[in-house]
This record gives sequence, structure tokens and C-alpha cells, in this order.
Amino acid sequence: MPATAKLDRRSFLKMTGLSGTAFILGFYSSGEKGATIVNMSGLEESVNLTPYIIIEKTGKIIIMNPRPEMGQGTYQSLPSIIAEELEISIDQISIKQTSGEKEFGRQVSGGSSSVRGSYTMLRKVGASAREMLIKAASEQWNVPVGECYAENGKVFHKPSGKNISYGELAESASKLEVPKEPVLKDPKDFKLIGKSIHRPDINLKVSGRAVFGMDVEVPGMAYASVERCPVFGSKLLNYDDSEAKKIKGVQQVVKAERVVFGKTHYDSIAVVADNYWAALQGRKALKVQWDYQGNDKFNSNDYEQSLRNLAKTEGLIVHNSGDFDKTFAESPLTLEAFYETPMVSHSCMEPMNCVAHWKEDNTIEVWVSSQGPSLIKDELSRTLGVSQDSVKVNIMFNGGGFGRRLQSDFASETAMISKAVGKPVKVIWTREDDTQLGPFRPMTFSAMKGAISNDGKAVAFQHKVISPSLGASRNATFDKTKPDNSMVEGISDQKYEIPNMKNSYVLADFHIPISAWRSVTSSTLAFAHECFIDEMAVKANKDPLAFRLEMLTTESDTKKVLNKLKEVSEWDKPLPKGWGRGIAQYEFFAGLCGQVVVVSSKATGEVKVEKVYAVIDLGTVVNPDNVKAQVEGGIVMGLVAATKDGIRFENGKSVQTNFHNNRMLRINEMPEIEVHIIADGGPTIKGVGEPGLPPLAPALGNAIYAATGKRMRRLPVDLSKIS
Amino acid sequence: MASYNLMINDHSYSVDVDPQMPLLWVIRDFVGLKGTKFGCGIAQCGACTVHMDGNPVRSCTLPVSAMAGHKITTIEGISTNIDHPVQKAWIEMQVPQCGYCHSGQIMSAVALLKKNPKPDDAAIDIGMQGNICRCGTYQRIRKAIHRASELMATETKKAF
Repeated sequence: MPATAKLDRRSFLKMTGLSGTAFILGFYSSGEKGATIVNMSGLEESVNLTPYIIIEKTGKIIIMNPRPEMGQGTYQSLPSIIAEELEISIDQISIKQTSGEKEFGRQVSGGSSSVRGSYTMLRKVGASAREMLIKAASEQWNVPVGECYAENGKVFHKPSGKNISYGELAESASKLEVPKEPVLKDPKDFKLIGKSIHRPDINLKVSGRAVFGMDVEVPGMAYASVERCPVFGSKLLNYDDSEAKKIKGVQQVVKAERVVFGKTHYDSIAVVADNYWAALQGRKALKVQWDYQGNDKFNSNDYEQSLRNLAKTEGLIVHNSGDFDKTFAESPLTLEAFYETPMVSHSCMEPMNCVAHWKEDNTIEVWVSSQGPSLIKDELSRTLGVSQDSVKVNIMFNGGGFGRRLQSDFASETAMISKAVGKPVKVIWTREDDTQLGPFRPMTFSAMKGAISNDGKAVAFQHKVISPSLGASRNATFDKTKPDNSMVEGISDQKYEIPNMKNSYVLADFHIPISAWRSVTSSTLAFAHECFIDEMAVKANKDPLAFRLEMLTTESDTKKVLNKLKEVSEWDKPLPKGWGRGIAQYEFFAGLCGQVVVVSSKATGEVKVEKVYAVIDLGTVVNPDNVKAQVEGGIVMGLVAATKDGIRFENGKSVQTNFHNNRMLRINEMPEIEVHIIADGGPTIKGVGEPGLPPLAPALGNAIYAATGKRMRRLPVDLSKIS
Repeated sequence: MASYNLMINDHSYSVDVDPQMPLLWVIRDFVGLKGTKFGCGIAQCGACTVHMDGNPVRSCTLPVSAMAGHKITTIEGISTNIDHPVQKAWIEMQVPQCGYCHSGQIMSAVALLKKNPKPDDAAIDIGMQGNICRCGTYQRIRKAIHRASELMATETKKAF
């Protein structure tokens, strides 16, 4: 029996009410159409054709999905790549989330890598299985392989018309050698890839049946709410839990620890109760004394001033081409500008939570919304000193990830609490915890310099980044004498042909935990980079799009994107008075997208985002409608980061606590978005989840300039009153 | 602690809980219906939206003690086969991404369409602005509400 079949049925989640009994991850048998999603199904009498494909003798085909679903559509995109080559339709399969098993390698959703990182591999997986099934049939029938073909879950013998199902062939096929270089389908024959096929998880998500980490219940489980100091770097002096223990339902109060990146330890106190409400009331009744260790003096205003001061230092050179200093010194037309962006929260709609059970045999089972079972195993092993094999992970639907759920601090803390109380525990963060405790997207400040030649061309360009370091935040032994490449993402990689360019990085120490946030540092650096390109265009007295295209004389994806944007946005068509268009593009590790933002402005200073045009370049597209959804999402998230509150610190803690003062975009503020996809084949395939975000802020800033003549150099901007 | 009889999705449930406990946690942890979500706890995000006598309310701030005699409907109660016109429209437009907010979004949309079967964009803005979606599905929500409005009109026609 394959390893993946050793699943226990005790773990089924019994849900009362109308939905009846549901599997842990949600179960919906849609009958005629759509795939079924299972997590804990028993797989008796099944055969692993490859680790990714399990064919039950009944003919049911299970496809393993190694990339957790957080809204990006991996339950459709990845299985359909296998199904395409395997010649099965999407409604013939069940999809099962992997749990960190070694045979699937690293299992993480992040870096917009799910499709681009596994496209060819998954096609080969499907094609190998198809070839094995065909070979098995040909051997069984004693006919040449060339006379057989696969279609719709069966192998057919062309001359005789006879056929046999995959289920019947699975066992003999599994004994055959796996072909090393299977023949992949011609893309013109694709039935699934490139089509806007409905996602199998949608039915669950419109009916309350999708099971998120928040929804998991296991027998004997207690609930916990955990008090942690919002002033980072504080030490617990003492606490009085006598009032907390008087709350009906409170079982125990135990000390725990939140460990971020395996290196920074924060004291915490968990109130464990029969139900969540009691745990929360108990937590409110705690009397806690913290030693802030001076960290309550920290505030954003002073820190930002320190970044501005640091901008005067040279920093570490990360790129140097031509002779920037000489060109800048000798050019007739130069300009300088300073750009600032804020810290922001991830604010996933599902607050952080985890169910963990530290069992008597010292194995740990967790049920969690996480971007990677591999990450959970790493964290528990690193922080709790247990072996990876003793950790069993059940990945649930993620109610948003955006990089926050690449961190597993909540999982190790929950496991500690479970160990302390000797039973399974569910920890639920309040929205206040989720907003105030980070890790946050770091701010980046940018000192920009540019020079224009007499004929109006960009001849020198400098982007100096001043910011805390993600590398230093994650890694205690980070070498600060070397630049942190994650903090200068993309600034030296844009395709503009500028002959003299010198980019640098100035590291600023920071005690607040920071982490990747959707599109990482490109989410802030693109604002400075592409707004400054616009400033150069203005200085050169040129149209911002024409100025960019003039710097793109050789063919490139960037040039294609900008030309497409020009066409779809009707760039040259006049706008009403008070309106303006702005353009930006940004190419970085995840991919490439360009946007045109159209705004209207009033004499009162109020600006409204009327429309956003986006062009994303992919090479190959698996699900066009889902790509559009992801770009729409990136634009909305970019708008929130550019125009809403951000996270600001006073007296050592985040001023923002919940959605009333850490505001998000709402439907009445939603602009119309039009997404275009460039997918003209080729060997590369680019990412989808993140590239839609970085161009938004600069395109917006450039549009505001076009509409009002006011240049936005500090985010967030308040659209109700531009000044 | 006090005992309450709750009418949820036309089923009667008896719970013995703290009178101050918000309806949200009663529904989730005592009745066992997990479709209604916790998002903020202060009636700011709408993830916990349920209907009280047909009107959308934020269950995260409503104490259970105020529920006596009221009819509660949750996402599980709007259809048994995922075939409410709003659900059909949500599927057709492939609205959800992560999906976490959509129980609440759908409950707000169902209530909106009940009051206003043919809402224009301005009415949708008013009816739906209490619900935050962090994945940014608002454009699709808008389209899906218009589509659900059409589907409901067709169903009403058929019924006559």
C-alpha cells in the first residue's frame, strides 16, 4: 500500500447542520461537472502511478496538489496541467492537498511560482502516466503501442475500436518503467490548458463548506486566546491570572512563546478554555506586567527621519554600469527626488490560527491554514526540537496568504500550548493581534537621481534604497556588509536602455519583525522607480509612454507590454478636463505587468480612480479567467497599500489595531479593471499572483500628476484630498 | 450561563452559554455551523454576516441574549444544493479567490436582492460596502449581483 494511502478516517470532521458530514477540507460531489476535493479520503485499493497520480481500481483518479490554495487557484491550475497530458477531464479527478511528504519535494505556495515553477514537470508527470497506461494496454491486447491512444480516461485500440479504462490498467501500468522523456502534447491539441475552466473549490466557497484552518475541530480540543505584548522586544515581568480563572469555561493559563523566524522570541500567555469566547474573556481579565526594555519609545516619525539621514550615506553598490557619477556631474539637465513608502499589514481575512495536538508519543499533528506544509514542518522541527517525521501536517484552505502564511510562528506557539495542557488546542488570533503583531511589509525609502541629454534621452539613473532588511530580519547571522538582494528587487533589471546606472542599498537596523508581502519589495520600489522615470519624462518634455518606448529600442517583453497598453488604454485619446492617465510597468522575479491608471480630480483636491488597464505578460497561460482574477486582486491590494492607512508605530506599538483604523478598499471605491494577457508561447512562463501589484502605485502617482500637476512622492496618499 | 432556544435555518437549537457571547461563536462553536466566519470582531468587515428575520446583521457583535424569538439564517440555510441564484451567479462569475469573506458577501447580497431585486451600481455600493474582501473580488461581486438579479427574475417568471 502506498504511503499516501495510510490515512486515518478518525480525522473526519463531523459537521452538524445542513451540510451533514464533511471531509476536513470540504467535500462537494458535484455529480456531472467539476472535480471533487478530498483531503482525508481513504485510498484503499489504489495504485500510485507516480507520486502525483493515484488511480483507484474503481477508476477514480486522485491528483496530488503540492501548492496550498489561498485564492490563487492551484486546485484548478495544477491538476489541469496533469489532466491535460493524462487525457482525462477535470471532472474525472479528485484533488488532494499534500502534507509535506518527502516525495513531493518542497511544498510551498509563494513567489508566484506554482504554475511557472512546475508547469513542465507536471506535464511530464501526466504524459509519463499516459504512456505507461497506453503501454500496459498494448501489452494486454498484444498490439503495437502505436495503434493505441488515450482519451477521456481510457486507452483505445484504433484498428479494432476496443477500449479499456485507466482503472483497469492501473495495476499493470504501475509495474512499468516510468518513461524519462515522455512525448508532450502539441499545445494546439490542449483541451484544458489555456481555457477558462471553473475552479473546483468555488462551489465549496459559495456555500460555507470550504474548511479553513479556522473551521477545524478535533475531538477533545480546547480553545486558546494568547496575550502577547504589542511593544516588540518586551519581556514578561509577571502576570496575575486569578480573575481570568474565574471566568466560566477557562481551564488553564499557561506560558508560551511566539518565535518569529526561529530567532526572535516573544513571551506569551495563553488562556485555554472550553470555548473561544471564554478564552477571550479570560485573556481580557489577565493582569500582565511587561518590561518594555525601552522599546516603548519607538515611533515611526523618528524612525523615518533616521532613514532620511541614512540616505546621505553611500551604501552598498548593487549595480554599476557606464559612468554614472561623471555623466550626472556633466549633464545639462539633472533631477533628484526622494520617495517614501509605508509599512503595511497583510491582513488576511482569516486571522492567524492553528489547531495543534502534541500527542503522548511526542508526535505533533497540526491542522493549519499555511502556505506550505514544508514550512510548518521546518518551523516545528526548528523551534520545538522535534524531528520532521514526527510532525503531521494537514493543510486547510487559506483565507488569504499574501506572504503572511509563509511564516509559521502561530503553529509552533500552538504546539507549545498543546504540550502544556496535554490536549489538542485551537489558537485564534484576534484581528487586533493580527494587525499589531506583524510581521509587516517593510517600508522602503528611495533616493533617486537622473540625468537627461540635450536631445531628451535618459543618460544616467540612480536608485538608492534605504530600508530595513528582510534578510537581516529572518537571519541572525545575516552579513550586513553585503547588500540584501531582496531589498533592491528589480531596480537594476528593468529593460530601459540607460547607459549609466549606479544603484545602491543602505541597510537600516530595525527591531520590528518584517516579512515578504505579496510582490515583496517590488511592491514599494516600483513606486519610486517608475514615478521617477515619469519625472524624467516630464523634465525631458516628453510623453511618459513615448519616453519609455524610446529607451526600448530592442525587442523585449517590456516593450510588448507597453505597446499593448498604449493600444488598449487608448493612451493618445484626449481625456476630460481634470482627468489624467499614468503608466508604469515593473519586471521582477515573479513576472511582468504594466498598467495604465485613469483618474479624475476635482477642484477640492479629491481624486477618484476611474479605471485601471493591466497587461500581464506570461508566455503561456493555464487559466485566463483566473489570471485576470489574480491581476484584479493585485491591483486592489496595491490600491490599499497606496491609499489607505498603512501601519504606523507610536509608543512602541502599531497605532492601527483593526479595520476601522487600518482601512481596506471597499466595493464603493472599486475602480473598473480591464486585464489583458500576453501569452504568445515561448520557452518561459511567468508568474501570475504578484506581478499585478507593483505597477499600481506608480501608475496611480503618475496619473495624479497628469491630472493635477502634483507629484506624489510619499505613500500612502489620501485620495480625498491630494496636496 | 443561560439557556437559549435559537431558530437557525429553520432548525431549533438549545444552547447553554454566556448571555454576552456573540451569536457568531454560538453558531460556530456550539451549533457547529462553520460557514459563518470570524474576521474582525467589531462589525467592520462583514465576514460574519447572517440574517436576522431576513435582515443582514453582523453576528460578531450581537449577543446571543438578544436572539430570542428571531429567525436566524446562515450561509448553510440559503440553499441545500448550492443553487440559490446568488450562489449560481457567484459560480458563473467565479467570484471567490480565497473565499473566506464570501459567506458574508453572499448573505449581504441575498439580503440586498430581497429588498431591491434590480439594484443599480449605487445600490450595490450601499448594500455591499460593509463587507471587506482582501483578495479584491469586488468587480466580480458587482457583476454577480447583476447576474443574480437576472436569474431571480427568470425564476420568478417561471414560477408564474
